Amino acid sequence: MAKPEHEITWKELNVGCVIDEPGNAASYRTGDWRSQRPVYNKDRCIRCGTCYIFCPDMAIKILDDGYIEHDLYYCKGCGICAEECPTEAIAMVDEEE
Amino acid sequence: MVTRVGMEVSIAAAEAIKQANVDVVAAYPITPQTHIVEHLAEVVNNGELDAEFIPVESEHSAMSVCTGSSAAGARSFTCTASQGLALMSEIVYITSSLRLPILMLLANRTLSSPLSIWNDHSDVMSVRDCGWIQVFVENGQEVYDHVFIGYRVAEDHNCLLPFMVNLDGFVLTHVIEPVELLDQEIVDRYLPPYQPLYTLHPDHPVTMGAFAMPALYTETKKAQAEALTDAMPTILKGWQEFGELTGRYYHPVEQYQTEDAKIVLVTQGSLGETASIAIDTLREKGEAVGLVKIRLWRPFPFEEFREAVAGAELVVVMDRAISYGGPGGPLASEIRSALYAEEKHPRVVNFIAGIAGRDVSPEDFMQMIRQARERPGEWYEIYDVRE
Repeated sequence: MAKPEHEITWKELNVGCVIDEPGNAASYRTGDWRSQRPVYNKDRCIRCGTCYIFCPDMAIKILDDGYIEHDLYYCKGCGICAEECPTEAIAMVDEEE
Repeated sequence: MVTRVGMEVSIAAAEAIKQANVDVVAAYPITPQTHIVEHLAEVVNNGELDAEFIPVESEHSAMSVCTGSSAAGARSFTCTASQGLALMSEIVYITSSLRLPILMLLANRTLSSPLSIWNDHSDVMSVRDCGWIQVFVENGQEVYDHVFIGYRVAEDHNCLLPFMVNLDGFVLTHVIEPVELLDQEIVDRYLPPYQPLYTLHPDHPVTMGAFAMPALYTETKKAQAEALTDAMPTILKGWQEFGELTGRYYHPVEQYQTEDAKIVLVTQGSLGETASIAIDTLREKGEAVGLVKIRLWRPFPFEEFREAVAGAELVVVMDRAISYGGPGGPLASEIRSALYAEEKHPRVVNFIAGIAGRDVSPEDFMQMIRQARERPGEWYEIYDVRE
């Protein structure tokens, strides 16, 4: 995987800043952008998968038992999962809390 | 073996593009560049050049096509002027950031308004900081030669930058001059096929033109700035090897009668030839005057320039573009910066002349030198204005 961008020196960049390592965007922690974080209440979850379908960053994993887990490395905290959840099993809370 | 023929400079330029065996031509016609593109359309249509000729709908598209085709590994060419350059300028900056070795001929023409089709350097100066190698030429032979030199330098893996050749509109594009055409065998020896470092190809996917966050953007720009400065040895090598093959040697700063000169005139482009007549006349009267022609505009040849004017007491710079509200013309600004840190430096006087096709004669150059000599200080003014 590529180095974190804040460690790359100018001499290490490819000519024209070409990226020749396909898929290295996966190493970028978009979770850093988050100001609100999803909090999951498994008791309310009906395992419909709606949140998984709607998540624009594929930051929700469906576990073997059908319940879900947020991947906070990528979750930007957009809140779409909480908005779409039919049972209000996901709540958004401010990061500093 | 060379063939010396009388030829319109635009046609000679197009012939050079043909001999350089470009793969893609994408251009939109604009005066005074039109003849170059028209002739290229003919040679592609006649089967003399095996290239894609893409008649795009605008200059923005012309540079976009060249950027894409160069990224795919094709030797790519475009040319434009004035408003066309202004329209494509968004992409002009991208091409250099992506380090794509496109060649562009810029048939220098003033920017509107008022609308004018005539020659000055306001178009190129509007993209001075675009990161391209920028060269000025003086006559048809230099235009023809710099097509090969441009690709050779641009495509060198120590360089990989786009190359812009500035030729004065009409004064060069539309005149018939004697041009020595090179045998194809010599061209092929000097200019090998383009070997791209990276290409867009599904077998080896890469990303070009990606997004950069503030944490990395400064490093990308430092790398680009260094690339242009570091292109200097490759440019010098390109000129040197061209000289060895053809006998025509080019330099970042061309000098004429500067050896013992106390007054040095500085020009860019085709007016250098006119200025040399003024220098000859003044020399006949025993005056220690010389001429410096700035061929390489970016990267700016600071060292070479300082050496060329060493010993001069007065430097008279003629600009052909205005920097509105600024300290003078863009060329004079650069020259003052080049000399500022010198312990003893000549007085720099700046005239802006030859705007939008206004003639500048040898007598005008002599008049500029007279005025600069008589009026003390470091000043600038627009020359030849009716009060």
